[in-house]
Amino acid sequence: MMPFWLELLISFLLIVGSVFALIGAVGLYRLPDFFMRLHGPTKATTLGVGGIILAAMIFFTYHRQEFSGHELLITFFLFITAPVSAHMMARAAMQLKVRLSARTQGRPWEE
Amino acid sequence: MLGYVMVFCAALLGVAVILNMLRLFMGPDVPDRILALDTLYINALALIILLGIQQQSTLYFEAALLIAVLGFISTVAFSKHLLHGDIID
Amino acid sequence: MSINWPKPFPVFLLTLMWLLLNNTLSLGHILLGLILSTVICILCRNFLVDLPPLKKPFGLCVFVIRVFFDVVLANLHVARLVLGPEKNLHPGFIEVPMCIKDEFLLATLACVVSLTPGTVSAGLSADHTKLLIHALDASQPETLISDIKVRYEAPLMEIFRCSAT
Repeated sequence: MMPFWLELLISFLLIVGSVFALIGAVGLYRLPDFFMRLHGPTKATTLGVGGIILAAMIFFTYHRQEFSGHELLITFFLFITAPVSAHMMARAAMQLKVRLSARTQGRPWEE
Repeated sequence: MLGYVMVFCAALLGVAVILNMLRLFMGPDVPDRILALDTLYINALALIILLGIQQQSTLYFEAALLIAVLGFISTVAFSKHLLHGDIID
Repeated sequence: MSINWPKPFPVFLLTLMWLLLNNTLSLGHILLGLILSTVICILCRNFLVDLPPLKKPFGLCVFVIRVFFDVVLANLHVARLVLGPEKNLHPGFIEVPMCIKDEFLLATLACVVSLTPGTVSAGLSADHTKLLIHALDASQPETLISDIKVRYEAPLMEIFRCSAT
């Protein structure tokens, strides 16, 4: 049986992770224009999945009684790729000239 | 306790997936839909890892890794298609 | 005929990835990983980007830890903005002048900017002198620019020996 403090730690990480994933989705749903919507998922989901994967790592390290590290690969991969895909989507949106919120200061570049 | 927490987390992630789907259907422009699809991939990955913890099986990590790779590649491919009209320069 | 051997760092990184993927530390997998990553590095040597020389390895560790904490703080900040009322949002595009010339460091800086406080890098000018970022809270553009330059650009240039323009 798993000790209580370990269970508490895993539960905490799981809840933090899913709450951040939910906040990213809420941001995607309710922010007014595309460039603002880009902020929610790129940040919140990386930390959200990061928290869940950390919980999985601790759980399987305890469960198999040896260090389980291949969950880290997913985290590394997400942390490297999230900015790249955000950058690509931002460039595509700038080229298509998506509607901007009226309060936006500054202008995007013409490509 | 962990069992209840996992049900709760699955519910939160399910709500997140529903919000992503709404944005996928509503999205006024094409980039919005790409962004919604990218977020959907990442949330599905989180759900699969949660399932792996619940079933106490490490088999699901390979699936999660593959989904991460495919999600990234498809997002970049869609964006490049919008940018240049073709995918490979 | 002589094979030109790859640099040790990419080989080490690929071997580490192989070991993490297989979740083991056995001798056989270490050898197999070394052989595979050497072959991959030889086959891909025309695509690999040369890293600038690392001057302060310890500084790199401090930088990575600081970026990690900034990511967590950025998430809390973005969460507050997302859940708060809409009138708190001051979105805007800001141009940040860049001092770094090296391509790899520019890419690293753009990634770090995208991961941290309310900013996403949206474009890089063709002559690599200006980075366009979109900020969720652009009420004080000067502080944002100086934050990026002091917190991330200056340490990166110190850690890697590279020429400023």
